[in-house]
Amino acid sequence: MHIVVCIKQVPDSAQIRVHPVTNTIMRQGVPAIVNPYDLFALEEALRLKDRFGGRVTVLCMGPPQAEDSLRKCVSFGADDAILVTDRAFAGADTLATSYALASAIRQIGREQAVDLVFTGKQTVDGDTAQVGPGIAKRLGLQLLTYVSRIVELDMDAKKIVIERRAEGGVQVLRTAVPCLITMLENTNELRFASMPSMINAARVPIRRWNKDDAGIEDIEKIGLKGSPTVVSKVFGPTPRTEKAEMLAVEESSLRDVSLNLIQRLFTRHPGLEQQLLERSDA
Amino acid sequence: MNQATVKRPAGRGGRNLELPEHLKRYKGVWVFIEHDRGHVHQVSWELMGAARQLADTLGAEVAGVLMGGPDEPLETFAQEAFGYGADLCYVTRAPVLAGYRNEPFTRGLTELVNTYQPEIMLLGATTMGRDLAGSVATTLQTGLTADCTELNIDPTSRALAATRPTFGGSLLCTIMTLAYRPQMATVRPRVMPMPKKDATRSGRIIEGTLDLAESEIVTKLLDFIPDASSNKINLAYADIIVSGGKGMKKPENFELIWNLARVLGAEVGATRPVVQAGWVEAERQVGQTGKTVRPKLYIAAGISGAIQHRVGMEGADAIVAINSDPNAPIFDFAHYGIVGNAMTVLPALTEAFRAHLAARSAGGVVAA
Repeated sequence: MHIVVCIKQVPDSAQIRVHPVTNTIMRQGVPAIVNPYDLFALEEALRLKDRFGGRVTVLCMGPPQAEDSLRKCVSFGADDAILVTDRAFAGADTLATSYALASAIRQIGREQAVDLVFTGKQTVDGDTAQVGPGIAKRLGLQLLTYVSRIVELDMDAKKIVIERRAEGGVQVLRTAVPCLITMLENTNELRFASMPSMINAARVPIRRWNKDDAGIEDIEKIGLKGSPTVVSKVFGPTPRTEKAEMLAVEESSLRDVSLNLIQRLFTRHPGLEQQLLERSDA
Repeated sequence: MNQATVKRPAGRGGRNLELPEHLKRYKGVWVFIEHDRGHVHQVSWELMGAARQLADTLGAEVAGVLMGGPDEPLETFAQEAFGYGADLCYVTRAPVLAGYRNEPFTRGLTELVNTYQPEIMLLGATTMGRDLAGSVATTLQTGLTADCTELNIDPTSRALAATRPTFGGSLLCTIMTLAYRPQMATVRPRVMPMPKKDATRSGRIIEGTLDLAESEIVTKLLDFIPDASSNKINLAYADIIVSGGKGMKKPENFELIWNLARVLGAEVGATRPVVQAGWVEAERQVGQTGKTVRPKLYIAAGISGAIQHRVGMEGADAIVAINSDPNAPIFDFAHYGIVGNAMTVLPALTEAFRAHLAARSAGGVVAA
């Protein structure tokens, strides 16, 4: 079995700060990480490899530094890592990105047929959740988004049964392999990278593909040119001018602070108190 | 036309930013109306309100798109859509459209777009809407902007100016699709206000068909397991939310959050690190990568107020923050702040709310 896992290297958004005066984002020193959602996809792929044997190839489009993220994935147990990197990809939106990644996956498939493609449910920097569906559509693969569990995989019959998160419940779907799965978060727990595998990962060559290696056929469809969306303006959020009313704990007992808060809150928001009282009457 | 005076959005790389002639006849604003087991998702009506404003600016019509199985009450949904501002509804019924699946819905919606040619199409940023929007936009090779927080018409280009948070919410960007149609966007539940319903409004229904047999569809829906009502989490539409962050120190301390939530009949929310640590379910995550909420009261305990959390909850009417760090960013946008240890403040607050509500509903007046 051959599984391709698409990952993205992203800035650790938990550590991004906005400059309080200039209202611009401070990128210096913000570490780059593997998009956390992609790790659930990687782990699921590695589990299938544990059960069925085969190979896991990790694929990433990004700048040369993204090699670090691919190496990280190898340390967890991926067999092969490909970085699709070319200036021609710069400025790609989700449509152009899905075109480039789909081309690369087709190219990977020429070396060894691909049975499953995994992605995370979304990235933490773009947050669009559009690239997975885009790749599936371009490759003509069945699309399974927000998958919470792989119930059954029969590689002889080429059938897969999964559960996916839907609004208000879980859908159980059966489809044909190959297909593309976007994995929901907290569905598995990422394994530890052992010391030998980390040492191995440091040595494994990360393959670098430019646009030709990735089999890009139409250069009008990649990068800025292949992106229908245009960013017309970037700006900082309007800071809130009113400051919080602070209630200091050290000045009084916790009970007094609590009662003080409740009184201020319900004086300003009488509807809220009314609603709570109606609820307790019911 | 004097090109020099036309203000163009920043663009590089010799891209064509002009709308080709054949796409200029795309007219009207569409809302994909999401429904499941007899109910329309409220986000569809929120979008209808936004679509009405966009269409009025453009002097165009608003259309609702309803797709479903033979037994579903799509005409009833259409009447509701008219009440919320739609001028017409496209209603497509087919056995393969009973229960959402990507393939038949993508096919149905794509065909409808190609036939009736809308200039703007809005979908809810739900598990269904995002699944469908990404597939349809790729099939149509057009632009799609996810999770918009503001939708306007750019006065110069008459294009949809879709604003969304970026970099985990630290910045906002406005995105336009200039040379492609339709212009697609998704919006999360609770971001747009619910429009007022006018039950006297009516509209036209245009029936459509989908020529697709079950045997042609690869993916089969085997079962739908509804969430048990006891653990149904409806964070986005909750009136009161008590949320905890990593400042709660350990998962057992979340019981204090639950205790206060029970007294207030509130939902429990959490930050991304808490969800990532597995303390609570992912559906409880508030923020840029979680849910957007708009409660009347939001109590944040042990939450520092990282921008990624802030963008998901700053629309709350009242925000109470409890944090031991007086310099925590949450105090910059909370309405009430308590500097203190959440582990001792929460029980005191829980008891105070309980006593206050008990006394007030007994008809008494509580002295503060």
